[in-house]
Amino acid sequence: MSEPVSALQGKSHQGFVTVAEAGPTGMITIRGDLAGKPLARALKAQGLPVPEARRIEQVAGRSIAWMNPDELLLICAHDAAPDLTATLAQALAGEHALVANVSDARALFTIRGGKADQVVMKLSPADIASLPMGEIRRTRIAQVAGSFWRSGPEEITLISFRSVAGYVMGLLEVSARPGSELF
Amino acid sequence: MLSLTCPCCGITAEETEFAPGGEAHLKRFGPGSSDEAFEGYLFARKNPKGVHFERWRHAYGCGKWFLAARCTATLEVFGTYPAQTTQPPAELIAKIKAKRPEWEGWA
Amino acid sequence: MSTRLAKGGRLIDRAKPLNFTFNGKPMRGFAGDTLASALLGAGQVMVGRSFKYHRPRGIVASGAEEPNALVGLGRNARFEPDQRTTTTELFEGAETRSQNHWPSLDFDIGEINDRLYKFFPAGFYYKTFMAPRAAWKHLFEPIIRKSAGLGGVPKEADPDRYEQAYAHCDVLVAGGGVAGLAAALREGRAGKRVWLVEQSAHWGGRTPVDDGQIDGVEAEDWIAAALEELESLANVTMRTRFMAAGLYDHGYVIGYESVADATPGDGRPRHRLWRIRAGLTITATGAIERPLAFAGNDVPGVMLASAVRDYIVNWAVSPGDRTVIVTNNDDAYRTALALLDAGLTVPTIVDAREETHGALPQEVKARGVRVLEGRGIARVLGRSRVTGVEICAQAGEGGAVETIACDCVAMSGGWSPVVHLWSHCGGKLIWDEPRAMFRPDPSRPPTGADGAAMATVAGAANGDLTLAETMAGFGIGACSHDEAALAPVWMMPAGATDALRYKAFLDFQNDVKVSDVQLAAREGYTSVEHTKRYTTLGMATDQGKLSNINGLAVLSDALGQPIPATGTTTFRPPYTPISLGAITGEARGDLFQPLRRTPIQSWHEAQGAHWEPVGHWRRPYCYPRKGESHSDAVGREITNTRKNVGMLDASTLGKIVVKGPDAGRFLDMLYTNMMSTLPVGKCRYGLMCNENGFLMDDGVVARLSEDMWLCHTTSGGADRIHGWMEDWLQCEWWDWKVYVANLTEQFAQIAVVGPKARALLERLGGMDVSKEALPFMHWAEGKLGDFDARIFRISFSGELSYEIAVPASQGLALWETLMAEGEALGVMPYGTEALHVMRAEKGFIMIGDETDGTVIPQDLGLSWAISKKKADFLGKRAQERSHMTDPNRWKLVGLETLDGSVIPDGSHAPAEGYNANGQRNTQGRVTSTYYSPTIGKGIALGLVLNGPDRMGEVIEFTGEGETQIKARIVETCFYDKEGEKQDV
Repeated sequence: MSEPVSALQGKSHQGFVTVAEAGPTGMITIRGDLAGKPLARALKAQGLPVPEARRIEQVAGRSIAWMNPDELLLICAHDAAPDLTATLAQALAGEHALVANVSDARALFTIRGGKADQVVMKLSPADIASLPMGEIRRTRIAQVAGSFWRSGPEEITLISFRSVAGYVMGLLEVSARPGSELF
Repeated sequence: MLSLTCPCCGITAEETEFAPGGEAHLKRFGPGSSDEAFEGYLFARKNPKGVHFERWRHAYGCGKWFLAARCTATLEVFGTYPAQTTQPPAELIAKIKAKRPEWEGWA
Repeated sequence: MSTRLAKGGRLIDRAKPLNFTFNGKPMRGFAGDTLASALLGAGQVMVGRSFKYHRPRGIVASGAEEPNALVGLGRNARFEPDQRTTTTELFEGAETRSQNHWPSLDFDIGEINDRLYKFFPAGFYYKTFMAPRAAWKHLFEPIIRKSAGLGGVPKEADPDRYEQAYAHCDVLVAGGGVAGLAAALREGRAGKRVWLVEQSAHWGGRTPVDDGQIDGVEAEDWIAAALEELESLANVTMRTRFMAAGLYDHGYVIGYESVADATPGDGRPRHRLWRIRAGLTITATGAIERPLAFAGNDVPGVMLASAVRDYIVNWAVSPGDRTVIVTNNDDAYRTALALLDAGLTVPTIVDAREETHGALPQEVKARGVRVLEGRGIARVLGRSRVTGVEICAQAGEGGAVETIACDCVAMSGGWSPVVHLWSHCGGKLIWDEPRAMFRPDPSRPPTGADGAAMATVAGAANGDLTLAETMAGFGIGACSHDEAALAPVWMMPAGATDALRYKAFLDFQNDVKVSDVQLAAREGYTSVEHTKRYTTLGMATDQGKLSNINGLAVLSDALGQPIPATGTTTFRPPYTPISLGAITGEARGDLFQPLRRTPIQSWHEAQGAHWEPVGHWRRPYCYPRKGESHSDAVGREITNTRKNVGMLDASTLGKIVVKGPDAGRFLDMLYTNMMSTLPVGKCRYGLMCNENGFLMDDGVVARLSEDMWLCHTTSGGADRIHGWMEDWLQCEWWDWKVYVANLTEQFAQIAVVGPKARALLERLGGMDVSKEALPFMHWAEGKLGDFDARIFRISFSGELSYEIAVPASQGLALWETLMAEGEALGVMPYGTEALHVMRAEKGFIMIGDETDGTVIPQDLGLSWAISKKKADFLGKRAQERSHMTDPNRWKLVGLETLDGSVIPDGSHAPAEGYNANGQRNTQGRVTSTYYSPTIGKGIALGLVLNGPDRMGEVIEFTGEGETQIKARIVETCFYDKEGEKQDV
């Protein structure tokens, strides 16, 4: 395998906050019965919980997010994703479930700084101010789909589809331009 | 612009996060059905001024379809509920009846 | 002459002078000035010409309602027309130009229109320029466009930035006057998330200009204390220069913020459009003073009484030395007090009422001002500047009893609540007879998502015109002068003659006079909405903020009906014009719309690809080499692919995984053919129809395992088909056990096509890609060289072909590896046009070319892909309808031109005779048409009446212009009919 290439190869931009594409990141979609024991067992074996509705739980460098009533998203190291996908699929063999490596279908961005919320306020109709720590919000980012959550005290992590990563980076750069702070 | 609550993820969001899907509770007619029944399924829509049941998808959010009871004249949303049903929940019908005594009811 | 007073001016900073120009003439104002106050302070009373009659016009108002004083602001790319001087803050170096005149403000050819006013009544254009039609386009319209209209249009791209932002709150308070401050305090103290917004740069509204005490202290002190407390509340957000422009469904409010209007080019966004979702909107938007309709009420120097005192108190600008006040109410007497306090002369107050006993008139009289009761202004003297007024009996026809010299007239016809925001989304109004105004009807508010009121109203916007009434709404004591009742005056004098009514303006911006509205009524325009459109009353940039109530009162009078029976026109957002830049926000240039990029996009860019838009993707159309035309390049790419090997970036193809115990059953419903029987390891081409039976997408399906299939869709169809699957699974067959996942972007997919394709793959090593190990219409997984790959042996070109899918993060590396390894084999990339031509040569259909939403698979000779065994699939019932089984449906055939030329896109084949609409009958149309370098002539696919039964027949298609192109009906496949090449 060649060195994996993310959509924007870690491009970053310094505005009134710092926005950056995070480089290759592992992501695994898991569809199944979230209330069922097989899924809980399969995740527990990986040290992961089944998150409650809209929650994202961070455990030892990995995160697992509730995406909808029958779908989770597991975020991990990029090079760990293929094996982890296979392990989970194996653990759920015989169950009605779908595990798919979607690492390369997405781009992951971070927005770092005290005014990170303001960048999101310019792009998403979601109410970022009332988004608690530990909750993921799936919504619209200008003209494309995106999700974000508070990944640190002054940090927001945002996911978009890979093909529109350039568009999303452009949005983030413009929205973070110095002088355009909202408050 | 409407504001709707997705019953699948619990998020209240503006209309731009959703995609409309037309009238709810249509019964599908396939091979073997009469021309009249098939025409009704494919083309006949209620289009009322007043209480209406419709399909929405939380397209930019959780991706799930759900159903909504809404007044097409005032845009009041009486309630939203999961799509996996062939008729509106009884308590929602009762709520609408209480608010709109003149409403002829769901049929 | 207007001038700057030596003292006072609560909003200006005399230590900060600012230079600006008006029509090139240098002028000076102060920080805190508006353009209007600066112009008046610099002695510029006349600031423009009117829209239709080109009459000289001056500043009438001091706020958003200003109809006249619009200027062109800035220059070149930063030029913007129609900027309202009363709400534009002065800044250093501002360049302003007056509008609607030629060659100059003082000497204007168009002024002739005013002398000819009798020939320009309401409906003039409709009545005059009826015929001949051609004259409208070539004669009338160019002339009218030159002489009418407001400012010019900037010719260069806007260099400024604009942006949007979203906000959410429990309560939005629109208006930062004392009512808004009190409302924000109440809600903020209750812990609500509050946004308090004020359109001007200052808090407090007009209360500081007028008199009064609130809660036992001077109003200004109360305002300062309120602001201090509000600023201390973390749950309250306060913004000035922020207009609540419109209220929409479910509490959606558009806010328009001026960020950098006064600092052009400082790098900040010029405007910001806020998209606010508010639980409750409190409209504390104040009231607007009404003009009075007397002859010459538009002469520069005639102003609203409230504006006169605003200019004195706020900006220390005297609009004139001698100001006659004309009124029908007590409030205007405050203007007399302000003028007197500033040392200016008030020769007379003309009051239309018979008696004036209120506290304010008493105080003014006690200071020695003469008050004429039961009088009105017959007409204003002067043309480009007031020189005096003729006084008459208000009850009479306008015979002058006295002439008074003056250089300013302050008029007041009472106040109208600003009900726009309340009304935008359905709030209703009631007519308040004693106060002669429409105000919000609290029993019929605009309602929100829960059916309850989403707006309330406070202060003057509610008709609470006095300070005491406004603050009483919040349980706060306040006092100011008591005011006696006004007497409604809709025309001055009441029996004004025709000549006077011709010069009594209702709508200054549109030059609509009392006589025009009366004419409209006589001509049968009884609806206020019709009268508006016929006369243009209340149109254009001010949307009738000054004119509406007076206009509909005149209309009511002419119709002999009470005012509420006439009603108002519809209040539509935005409250005042907002910039297109703000509406556009960030969506310009590269961010105009999202462009989707494949993992290999940068390589295509580096090769100088010519692009074809496919949905939001940009796919290489071809890769022209130096000196090559696009068609040259396409021809080369096809020939090389058929002779050697070509590569296509197929990453945009939809790739949807369908898994579960019921997945086979589900796919059997989705596709017209059988997918449940597809063996693991094999591929099958499938068609999807909608419930109307029409073909909507196609692609190759691969069975990955016992319970998992991979469905390829068209590039443009991936998201749609994924949504289509979810729809059926969630809403119809929700008990079926199927999960789908759209993995389109997870994989880069590369088609390696041509007789040397296998040789190229073998150079990478790894997987066995021989015919035996990987036969046609099979797939396999393994290592191709260093790459984890899934290889499909499918062909859209008729050649030996492999489609290789690898994780997107490996896509570019695989592409470059294949390119390098293929060099010796003559590999070249090919684009979508070569793809199209090659598939047409093979007679393969393309969704969107052969289909247009009215075509069923049977029309395309695809009956072989429609299962006869299945009891049901989406579209099956529809395809049984008589129209779908009609043997006379147009069917797909190949077309070969006799002379080798290419039939133009979209050509029809005419038939004998004409249809009921007199149009030529047709017997077919072209769906795809190309020059085929493989065949060496023009080929086409087309839908033709009974086409498959007419093999060999020659029919004509329309060519360029009047020409006809003869084409022979042939089979759809032009190349390798036996399919030997793809199966080697």
